[in-house]
Amino acid sequence: MALLDYFTRKKEKQVTTASKAKERLQIIVAHERNSRNKQPDYLPQLTEDILQVLRKYIKVSDESFSINLDKKDGNLNVLELNIELHEEQSID
Amino acid sequence: MARIIVVTSGKGGVGKTTSSAAIGLGLALKGNKVVLIDFDIGLRNLDLIMGCERRVVYDFVNVINGEATLNQALIKDKRVSSLSILPASQTRDKDALNKENVGKVLEDLGKLYDYIICDSPAGIEAGAMMALYYADEAIVTTNPEVSSVRDSDRILGMLASRSRRAELGLEPIKEHLLLTRYSPKRVEEGEMLSVEDVEDILSIPLLGVIPESQAVLKASNAGEPVILDTESDAGKAYQDVVDRLLGETVDFRFLVAEKKGIFSRIFGG
Repeated sequence: MALLDYFTRKKEKQVTTASKAKERLQIIVAHERNSRNKQPDYLPQLTEDILQVLRKYIKVSDESFSINLDKKDGNLNVLELNIELHEEQSID
Repeated sequence: MARIIVVTSGKGGVGKTTSSAAIGLGLALKGNKVVLIDFDIGLRNLDLIMGCERRVVYDFVNVINGEATLNQALIKDKRVSSLSILPASQTRDKDALNKENVGKVLEDLGKLYDYIICDSPAGIEAGAMMALYYADEAIVTTNPEVSSVRDSDRILGMLASRSRRAELGLEPIKEHLLLTRYSPKRVEEGEMLSVEDVEDILSIPLLGVIPESQAVLKASNAGEPVILDTESDAGKAYQDVVDRLLGETVDFRFLVAEKKGIFSRIFGG
């Protein structure tokens, strides 16, 4: 009965399920976006260490070196190093 | 240059094929040359929604394998001559598609058509990636419901990182939000996420809102895209979407529930 509903309806505004849904989504979406874009914390130090080792043997300028960690599907991560080598670069 | 538009969502059953069919037909009715491609290899359904399932002879994979020419595989729509459908294959495995061979087919189609609409399969597997790879624009089809919104956000991530435009560092894919199965009454009662809620969460521009409508099931029963049902709310809402895609500014409709009369308020119903 609509008439009965009208009088028995609670006056105070309850927290709606839609607002719960929005709140939950905002949290999970923000979290997932973060993990999509985030590079691991160890990457800068790893870059530095690799460069040091390389420079024991060859000349490597900062521009001719790049490092990239890519997340592929599932659990596969690919660490990609790009080092440009030129002639007469060996140190000895 | 043809505009390549992918209709995608992540989640299944939210209305990708219904939307592809309606938007493709609508664009063609406005005088554009349009081709609709079903990327759901193994689970072809666009043909059924378009009402041309009995005219499928060759399919997308036949074209890719060189077993048929594009002309043999394309099905001309009986209602609008400037519209064609390229059906998915029903039996082949989905690894048949790769970037090279899909790129070649799209390039050939681009010479013949103004719009290439790619109806994506659900999920984030190879088929969905192929459907979005070459896109210039994406229509992200979303229901006002938690799992659909979350999956749409994941697809937005894919559009930004796995597409050709992302790989080549070109201008990013233009993203559009299409909210489907919207029920203003339930929104007013606090039972459904509102348009503003979903826009807030996904933060991409709104292309259209399609109300939950009985016309959609009737349209798929008959194989007549719902945009042809010009009396229905869903048909009108899809027409608005087409007009917006063509650059017109159209007010959003069907966002508020119809007001009940005094009698139905008192007596229910």
